[in-house]
Amino acid sequence: MIATTIALAVLVALLALGSLGTGPVKLSPVTVLDALFGGGSDVQQTIVREIRLPRAILGLAIGAILGLSGAALQGLLRNPLASPSLFGAPQSAAFGAVLMIALGWADVRSWALPVAGITMAFTSVFVLLSIAGRSAGLLLLILAGLAISSLAGAATSLVMNLSANPFAALEIAFWLLGSLEDRSFRHVTLALPFITAGAILLMSQRSAFRALSLGEETAQSLGVNVGRLRLLVIVGVALGVGGAVAVTGTIGFIGLIAPHLMRPLIGHDPTRLLVPSALTGSALLLAADIAVRIIPSTTDIKVGVLTSIIGVPFFLYLIVRERRALGGGVA
Amino acid sequence: MSNQALLTANHLDVTLSGRAVLHDVSLSLQPRHLVALVGPNGAGKTTLLRALAGLLPSSGSVHVDGEALASLSLRERAKRFGYLPQGHVVHWPLDVKDVVALGRYPHGATDPGRLSPADEAAVLRAMQATDVMPFAARRVTELSGGERSRVALARVLAVEAPIVLADEPTASLDPRHQIDVMKKLRDVADSGVLVIVVTHDLGLAARFADTVLVMSDGRLVAHGSPADALSNAIMADVFRISAYRAYYQSETVILPWAGI
Repeated sequence: MIATTIALAVLVALLALGSLGTGPVKLSPVTVLDALFGGGSDVQQTIVREIRLPRAILGLAIGAILGLSGAALQGLLRNPLASPSLFGAPQSAAFGAVLMIALGWADVRSWALPVAGITMAFTSVFVLLSIAGRSAGLLLLILAGLAISSLAGAATSLVMNLSANPFAALEIAFWLLGSLEDRSFRHVTLALPFITAGAILLMSQRSAFRALSLGEETAQSLGVNVGRLRLLVIVGVALGVGGAVAVTGTIGFIGLIAPHLMRPLIGHDPTRLLVPSALTGSALLLAADIAVRIIPSTTDIKVGVLTSIIGVPFFLYLIVRERRALGGGVA
Repeated sequence: MSNQALLTANHLDVTLSGRAVLHDVSLSLQPRHLVALVGPNGAGKTTLLRALAGLLPSSGSVHVDGEALASLSLRERAKRFGYLPQGHVVHWPLDVKDVVALGRYPHGATDPGRLSPADEAAVLRAMQATDVMPFAARRVTELSGGERSRVALARVLAVEAPIVLADEPTASLDPRHQIDVMKKLRDVADSGVLVIVVTHDLGLAARFADTVLVMSDGRLVAHGSPADALSNAIMADVFRISAYRAYYQSETVILPWAGI
C-alpha cells in the first residue's frame, strides 16, 4: 500500500510538471522547473508562475478533494456507487454559485460564490441522506441523487432562462461546463481554504470508515458516534466540493472513479482507500486538464465535459456490474 | 463463584416510533454466566440487548460493575460490551484479521496494520479461541456461513469485554455449527465473562445456559434456571407450544413438540 501511494504521488508530481509545460507555448520539464524557481526568461517565468501554476494547483487540489470525497461517501454508505456527482452535490453547488452571479451579488471572483456553493452542496447531500435514511439501499440512493441533481439542474436552467442578458446566460453556460482555464491565484485563495478544511475534516474521521464496514449499529457498539460521523462527512464533502465548484464549475465523476481504480491495488478497506483515492483524483484531473489542451479542436474542450464523457460510461459499467444488487437479485 | 452482579438494569422502558417495545424490564446478572434470552418474534429481545449496550435511548438505568452506563463515554461503553449483531454482515471484502482487529477499536487500535503488542496478542487469542487462524489471511467474503460466524465471534472476543451480547448467533447455521458456536460461548462464559445470547432454539438454551430470560410483549415474564424458566406453564403461555422433555448424557433436553 505504501509503495502504491508513493508511486501515485510521483505520478501526480509528474503530471503537475506536465500541466505546467503544456499550452500554446510548450516547455520542457527542465525549463518548467527552472522557471518555477526563478530561472529562465521573464516570459517563461510569467507563463509558468502566473498563468499555469494556479491552474496546476487547482487541478491537483480539486482532483484530490473529489477523489477523497468519493472514497469517504462510499465508506460512509458502504456503497460502491456513492459519489458527490451522483448525489447532485456539484450540480447543487453550481446552482448556488450561478444564482449569486445572476443576482449580481457576486462577480466570479468573490467569496459569495464558495459560500453559496458550499451551502447548496451541504443542503443537497443532507437532503439526500435524509431521504435515503440509515440503511440506504443502492437503488434508493441513486434515485434520490438523480432527483436532486435534476432539481439543481432545473433550478440552474431557470436562472439562465430568467437572466436579462443573453451574454450573461451564455457565460454561465460555459462556466457550468467546468474548466481550469484562465484561473489566477485569486481563484486559488478562494477555493483552497475550503478544500483544505474539507480534506482535514474527512481525514480526521478516517478510521471510523473501517469500523462502519460492520454496519452502523456494530460501529456504534465499537465506540463510533455514527450520527456525528455522518454530519462531519456531509460538512467535509460540502466544503470541498462547494469550494471547488465555485471556482471551476462542475467537474463530475472523478469522485466515483478514483476509489474504483484503487480497489484492485489497495483492497476494499475504506480507510486505506482514502489517501490513494485523493492522489488518483489529482492524477485524473491533471491528466484530463492536460488532455483538453493537447486534443486538437477548433473550440477548446472544457475539462468538466471530458471527465463526464469518460465518467458516464464508467458509471454504466459499474451499474452493469452491480445489476444484481440493483435489480434485487431478480435479474 | 462471585455473587456480585456485573450487569443490572432498573425499570428499562424503550419506546420506538410511539410504540412501547420494552416495558419496565429489571434484571441483575452475574459474571461467569451464560444467559439465554428467549421469546416469540417481536417480544423485544433485540431491543433489550441494544438497550443494555446503550445502542438506543431508553429510560431507566443500566449499571455495569456499579457504574452507570449513562455516565460513560461511547468508547468506555464499547470496552465493556462485545456486541454481536444479528446477521453480522461485513460490507466490504476485508481480510479476516482486519475484521477481528476491529475488536480492538474501542481500545484505541484504529489501524489493524499497526497493532500494539497487547492488541496483537488479544487478536491472536480471539482467533485461536474461535479456530479462525487457518483463514486469517483470507477475505471474509470468501468464507462459508459457518466460518464467517466464527470470524464475527472472534471480533467480539477481541474486545475482551466483561460482557458479551450475541443476537441470534446460531441463526442460519447448520446443527453442527450451532452447537459449535454455543460451546464456544459456553467457554467464554466459563472464562469469567457474562454472555447473553438471544436465541429461538429452546433446546440449545436449555442445554447450554445457566439462566434463561423469557420475554413476551416487551416484558420480562420469567427469569431463572432453564428448568424453571422453560416450565410447561411458560411454554404454553408464552410460546403456545408443548414440549418434550428428557435427560440425555446428564443434560436437559427440551424439544418443542406441538402448537396449542
